[in-house]
Amino acid sequence: MRRYLSVIAICVASAAAAVEPGEVLDDPALEARAREISQGLRCTVCQNESIDESSAPVARDLRLLVRERLVAGDSDAEVMDFIVARYGEFVLLRPSTEGANLLLWLLGPAALVLAVGGVLIGRRRGAAEAPLSAEEEAALAALLAEDGDTKNK
Amino acid sequence: MARLPWLGAPSWAISFLVIVELGHFALILAFALSLFQTVVPLWGAHRRMPGWMAAAEPAATLQFLLIGFSFAALTYAFVTSDFSLKIVADNSHTLKPMIYKVTGVWGNHEGSLLLWVLILALFGAMAAWWGGGLTDTLRARVLGVQGAVGAAFLAFLIFTSNPFLRLANPPLNGTDLNPLLQDPGLAFHPPFLYLGYVGLSLTFSFAVAALIEGRVDAAWARWVRPWALAAWVFLTIGIALGSWWAYYELGWGGFWFWDPVENASFMPWLLAVALLHSAIVVEKRESLKAWTILLAILAFGFCLIGAFIVRSGVLTSVHAFANDPERGVYLLAITAFFTGGALTLFAWRAPIMQGRGVFGVVSRESALVANNILLAVSCLVVFVGTIWPLVAELFLDRKLSVGPPFFNIAFTPFMVALAVILPVGSALPWKRAKLRRVVWKVRYVLALAVALGALVWAMQTGRSALGPIGAALGAWLVAGALKDLWERGGKKLSRLRTLPGADWGKAVAHSGLGITMFGVAGLIAWQVEDIRVAQIGETFTVERYEITLKDVREVQGPNYISTMAFLDVSRNGRFVETLTPERRIYPVAGMPTTEAAIRNGVGRDVYLVIGEPQANGGWAVRSFIKPFANWIWAGCIIMALGGAISLGDRRLRVAAGAKKATAGVPAE
Repeated sequence: MRRYLSVIAICVASAAAAVEPGEVLDDPALEARAREISQGLRCTVCQNESIDESSAPVARDLRLLVRERLVAGDSDAEVMDFIVARYGEFVLLRPSTEGANLLLWLLGPAALVLAVGGVLIGRRRGAAEAPLSAEEEAALAALLAEDGDTKNK
Repeated sequence: MARLPWLGAPSWAISFLVIVELGHFALILAFALSLFQTVVPLWGAHRRMPGWMAAAEPAATLQFLLIGFSFAALTYAFVTSDFSLKIVADNSHTLKPMIYKVTGVWGNHEGSLLLWVLILALFGAMAAWWGGGLTDTLRARVLGVQGAVGAAFLAFLIFTSNPFLRLANPPLNGTDLNPLLQDPGLAFHPPFLYLGYVGLSLTFSFAVAALIEGRVDAAWARWVRPWALAAWVFLTIGIALGSWWAYYELGWGGFWFWDPVENASFMPWLLAVALLHSAIVVEKRESLKAWTILLAILAFGFCLIGAFIVRSGVLTSVHAFANDPERGVYLLAITAFFTGGALTLFAWRAPIMQGRGVFGVVSRESALVANNILLAVSCLVVFVGTIWPLVAELFLDRKLSVGPPFFNIAFTPFMVALAVILPVGSALPWKRAKLRRVVWKVRYVLALAVALGALVWAMQTGRSALGPIGAALGAWLVAGALKDLWERGGKKLSRLRTLPGADWGKAVAHSGLGITMFGVAGLIAWQVEDIRVAQIGETFTVERYEITLKDVREVQGPNYISTMAFLDVSRNGRFVETLTPERRIYPVAGMPTTEAAIRNGVGRDVYLVIGEPQANGGWAVRSFIKPFANWIWAGCIIMALGGAISLGDRRLRVAAGAKKATAGVPAE
């Protein structure tokens, strides 16, 4: 418990000190790119915080590295590759689409397609079977009449 | 006064000492009683024995009283700083302000679990008190299942996380509560969240009871909906409080981090929204019965998974305050037992629940099905994104992270789609409709939304499309909701007042969603940030504001030392306010915190943070202009208000509906 608190203390409590004034690049366009990249890179010691938000020393080193590469003329993708080559894909807050990760990315859209398709097919099948028996119709009518707010659509 | 355990103390002082022991005893009694509350009513309902079934109600009430007493005893220990209790010594301090002594009761794993169990018992008791209209067997079964959930958590509490453990050698003072938790926003965040999570336990109990009973009808839905609605209202407020807290406390004005713990509260919220809407279809049209039952099971299932995520530490997160793998195993067992058991029961009994209502592809029912699909899929995306790092590590041998950039891309489209269909869907009539006619009805709303989006697009040159889209969606939702209300009131102002609360609640809640969506988009799109070193007396300009660093001083707080900066803020040369951001050190807990100073405004917040002193003089100062930040939480509160209005209406109708149900369906 104490150990976790101390991690929180480093990472969260003094987060205001994340990007220090001294780190900011003079070129605003380059600085904006650096911020954008920083927001996609994870601090290696904090939980679920980007290096842009983290005040841990490691995060500061990474921020400086990002800016160094940008000043040296790297493109955004080159900077990312450079960092990932050193720290592993763990630092990517936006996971790659390689290999099994494709499943992570496609699950939402796939589930949507399946659900909509399933409902439509189920509906068609249901419609074929659906006509209510006279008995059911009567029960339904009784229920609807009983339901005080049917007029309320 | 009760600090003297030796014999010379007057007898009244000793009697106070026993309060904690009595609280412990009450908790154990409550556990025994919860076993009784599970077995006797369920067996009684099975064998149709009225006496056994009737035992459920007093059992539920008594359980609530026992746990309530136990909670009061623990609160008493915190308030009187009884450091012979381990959790008081670990989480409190004599100098801590009184309010945080009280809220400190749930600022730790054991105490928060006791609060969880208390609320569980409260919902059980409320179901007993107001369950008069239910059939005897259904009521007995609901209370029985609720008792079983209670028993599982009470066992967990007593055997793995007992808050009443004494220390052999009590310290003279405590080690203080985590300073991050010493904050009004966060102090009341857990009770609201728990009211939400645990409220969903009752809808779960209703679902399981209905599966055992083998009957789901309009009356059942009418019974479940108010509970789902109440749980959702509390969950909304709880999440909003947490987000608001993060905004002002963490020091850079973020409001949502897609942190595992946040996701743990967000997934039940999404499913609760789906449940609210599908229960309407069951109530009005007797369709989607099996699906609604499934949602009720899953919504609580995700609460349990959330409890597991937060308390086990498998997915360590920024604000998991209690990590323990052993407890994790127990919680996983609870989750597996209740979710798995209920799903098995569902697979077995669901085919019995035939829907009745037939509906066309274009109808209110279909729109609500679309709502449910989008919400369920977005919940799935959040779930998979949350556990993916674990899956990758266990099965793929890859250490990777899934952070905000993933969720922003993978989750947001579903919410946008939901917002796009909402005003049309809610204007569709039941059973069968003509899409063209409904779209024609909302043509002005559509025009307004598009025009506003275009206007915003024109005003902000060369920035992201997020702002205009947010403005258009917000206008679409709010105007759509108002238009719908106007139509329902027969386009007469006088009739609006007499509309049922459900109609008002719907319009208000949907407007709230629009306001939140606009706030989120506006804040992200138009935030301005400035980081610099400022000397004392220096003035700098951020957007239209001139900010002067007047002074930085040491200030002594009740249990902390603060470095407080005084910054004068003016706008276009006119003085606005002196803001005082702080850096605090809590010596007992040994933790620093940042306290941002915020000038709240309807259109924008000015958000100032003081950083480190610099080697060559001056201070690091971060200034943010955060447009429309307050709209995010205002929207959440409006959503919750909509739910509350709807609930006000429900109460009357529930009573009426329940009476009919008992009259119409002879007791078995």
